[in-house]
Amino acid sequence: MNDLIRRYGVTITALMCLLVAFWLVMLVVVPNITLFEQSFRPYLPVVDVGGPKDVYSLRNYAKVFDGSIERSFFGIPYMIPVHVMTFGLTIWYSIVVTVACFALAYPLAFFMAKIANPKSLPTLLLLLFIPLWVSEVLRAFAWWIILAFKGPLNALLLAIGAIDEPVRWIVGYDGVVIGLTYAYVLFMLFPIYNAISSLDTNQIEAADDLGAPWWKIHLRVVLPHAKPGIASGCVMVFMLSAGSLLVPSILGSTTSQWFTQTIDQWFKDALDWNTASAYAFILLLLCTVFVSIALKVFNVKLSDIAK
Amino acid sequence: MHKLRMNLARLYMGLFLVFMIAPLAVMSGAAFNDNRLPSIVPWKGWTSRWFEAMINDDRMMVAFGNTLVVAVAVAVLAVIVGTASAILINSISGRVRTLLYSMMISTILIPGVVIGISTMILWTKMGNAMGTEFFLFNPGLHLSVLGQVSYIAAMVMLLVLARLQSFDAGLEEAALDLGASHAQVLRRILLPYLYPAIGAGGAVAFFQSIENYNVTQFTRGGMDTLTVYVFSMVRSGVTPAINALAFLLIMVTLVLALIYEINRRRLARVEAEREAEARRATALEEAI
Amino acid sequence: MSAKIDLENVSCDFGSFRAVDNANVSIEPGEFFSFLGPSGCGKTTILRMISGFIEPTEGAIKIGGKDMRGQRPNQRPTALIFQNLALFPLMPVWENISFGLEVRGVDKATRRKKAEELLELVDLMGAADKMVSQLSGGQKQRVAIARALAVEPSVMLLDEPLSALDLKLRQHMRAELRAIQKRTGVTFIYITHDQGEALAMSDRIGVMSQGRIQQIANPRDIYNAPINGFVAGFVGENNIFEGKSGAVAAGMAGFDTAYGTLRARINDDAKGSALRLYVRPEHTLLSAAKAEENSIPVAVSEVSFEGAFISILCHSDDGKLIVAELRNDGSATVPDIGTKLHASFDAARAALLPDANVRG
Repeated sequence: MNDLIRRYGVTITALMCLLVAFWLVMLVVVPNITLFEQSFRPYLPVVDVGGPKDVYSLRNYAKVFDGSIERSFFGIPYMIPVHVMTFGLTIWYSIVVTVACFALAYPLAFFMAKIANPKSLPTLLLLLFIPLWVSEVLRAFAWWIILAFKGPLNALLLAIGAIDEPVRWIVGYDGVVIGLTYAYVLFMLFPIYNAISSLDTNQIEAADDLGAPWWKIHLRVVLPHAKPGIASGCVMVFMLSAGSLLVPSILGSTTSQWFTQTIDQWFKDALDWNTASAYAFILLLLCTVFVSIALKVFNVKLSDIAK
Repeated sequence: MHKLRMNLARLYMGLFLVFMIAPLAVMSGAAFNDNRLPSIVPWKGWTSRWFEAMINDDRMMVAFGNTLVVAVAVAVLAVIVGTASAILINSISGRVRTLLYSMMISTILIPGVVIGISTMILWTKMGNAMGTEFFLFNPGLHLSVLGQVSYIAAMVMLLVLARLQSFDAGLEEAALDLGASHAQVLRRILLPYLYPAIGAGGAVAFFQSIENYNVTQFTRGGMDTLTVYVFSMVRSGVTPAINALAFLLIMVTLVLALIYEINRRRLARVEAEREAEARRATALEEAI
Repeated sequence: MSAKIDLENVSCDFGSFRAVDNANVSIEPGEFFSFLGPSGCGKTTILRMISGFIEPTEGAIKIGGKDMRGQRPNQRPTALIFQNLALFPLMPVWENISFGLEVRGVDKATRRKKAEELLELVDLMGAADKMVSQLSGGQKQRVAIARALAVEPSVMLLDEPLSALDLKLRQHMRAELRAIQKRTGVTFIYITHDQGEALAMSDRIGVMSQGRIQQIANPRDIYNAPINGFVAGFVGENNIFEGKSGAVAAGMAGFDTAYGTLRARINDDAKGSALRLYVRPEHTLLSAAKAEENSIPVAVSEVSFEGAFISILCHSDDGKLIVAELRNDGSATVPDIGTKLHASFDAARAALLPDANVRG
């Protein structure tokens, strides 16, 4: 604190501390605490709030386990609560999206960092940034057009003879996965690109010179170095996917349900903010747990994750 | 690298770019197709009626206006908070720094749904507790602004911090030594250095705000923003008027990107010339 | 107006590390004073204390008789030239120079005029509108000096400003700096690890080691009459002999060594401590015949041509290296390698000195 005052003077330091405090306290910490507290209260009309019926309970959380349906796993039928299944599928498909984004982004990141002409890089980066600036809803909608039964993708594939009949692309979770991958692949690309850029090219050349095949060079030299970038990208894509509401809503089908949509239904349709809070908190908690485990596995700290 | 692998890599790069850009092209194309549903197949002929429809769609225009107002507010707030945070973080070290930094980064990772709901609940509860009807404590666009700033400020902070790390703190000391007050040091030395990052942060904040849905959806009360409106239209029944709007937005983005690129190249040229002049002067000196 | 600077019992601690220990010095107005010493000796700390970026843990710093405790850097009548110059990259040269005036509210036209006057003073006319990135190393130096002079400081503080320049330029700038100082009459406090610089430019030098000032004197006395082994060794070359001091008479003492009893100067306060004999190579004479006193038989092992002088490296019978220097003016014949000679020196040119004044 003394260093701050010495460097910037008392007034400016106080101002900065005030702004940061406003942000972190009023906009981050307190709302989340409120959410947490609210999630334990029952949904009551305004008059009853604070009264005898307003007791803390875990009832809202227990609603996750309501309404079981039957599912089969390799032919073995079992019962599972609907919302738990929704949550599980959300997590599963978010992982799929993360893996897909990695598969797409890694080769490109390597190309940009090590192979491409450095002079054309800023232009390339700019070109890649352009889709980001266009709103996510419009991009999801674009895919809705492309993947439509009578849409251009089918038309193209029919025209070049790859398929005989139009394919229903927006079925199950397929549309959602494609949409999410398109939306967030750049969030995987840039951290990995940054990480690989900092790798000394001489190391790759040394490995090559010592006779290593290209896949081994990547496995033993490039990937370990890019680990923080990969972890950063995976965490970002996973969290964004699991928390996405737009894409699953637009590109979802009748047989797909994203956990965020469930939360939205509690909030908008049932007007039950409390249960929505509980579900939102479940999402936050389990995603945090997942991310923490992933960080531990990759041996990366939260502070390494930056653009 | 082998020629074949080089070309394969370039091909992949090209395909990736196509993958990224094609949906935008499709979006734009549908804006001109004389087809009641948004698509480019079947192509029924060029038309500009969707642009007219867009302008006549009052609700969309209102939503667009709201979106812009929110985006400007968010950009201003996020830049102020983000820059202050970056300067603060840059000047401290140790456990406090790690803690604050982690807290700031975590805001980007929190699902927007959580931010939206928590912001809503907090401010309405505060309003109820204080028994006031003051607009601040009711759902509305101002709550959307607050919710969006909570994570967009972190993005601005990251951009400004990156620029700060290449700043020579000796410049601040030199200015102080010459008699400048702290405010003068900030205004004449530090902030001018940060302007590129602050500008970039403002742009990022602006565009991130425009495309935000999750936070806005829960906090807006009855107000419309562009994302909310488009989303509701997709659900209820959509006309290519949306594509007309999309085309315009894409065009604006392209033009801005072009201006940025031209400016960047110009600046790079000027810098290179200056350095060449310095090298010539140094060579002259050494020949003394 | 240039001012007097007093450091009274100044010490500075960083945690448990004492960077400056009990420094006492009075610098006269208009003087060119250098702090000379190796890295880590505390000279940078002293400079930062005088300029106000660090407060001394003990003692007082007075400028013009006024105690500077509590005065922030922007309140002190000092101007600091940083080692990396710290010129403002986003401002043209004239704005850099007039920045000190700008923050004092001087109007633009006056500032521009002053900047151009100063550019003339430092011999850099026509550069007013250039950007810093267009300048060479020497030009940047001059801009930094002009910028500091613009605020008319009582004291100029210079932190090894020439270390980044190459040899020829450094020598040129030495003369420049000295000339500017004489012209403006401002007190200059200069820190460096380069003894040649300090000797060439200063009115007085304070030699430092490990936080303590070892000696304060003018360059001649620092070189010819160092008060301890550290100063003697840091400034110039030496031949050093171990031994025990014996009888003292009229400022001269006997010194028992492996080469017989040598005689050299001794200071009054040097008695009692462990002493060594120091004599410079240029005062070490080589002759075919044995000298009257202070004579050591040697054999020439190497001859090194150094330009203005020639180094003769000899070894005594027990293998000790003794260096003699000859002027490259053809006055003396250069001996061949292997020649057996006698190395000797005038007792008045040698000194018995204690080791450095360090913390126990």
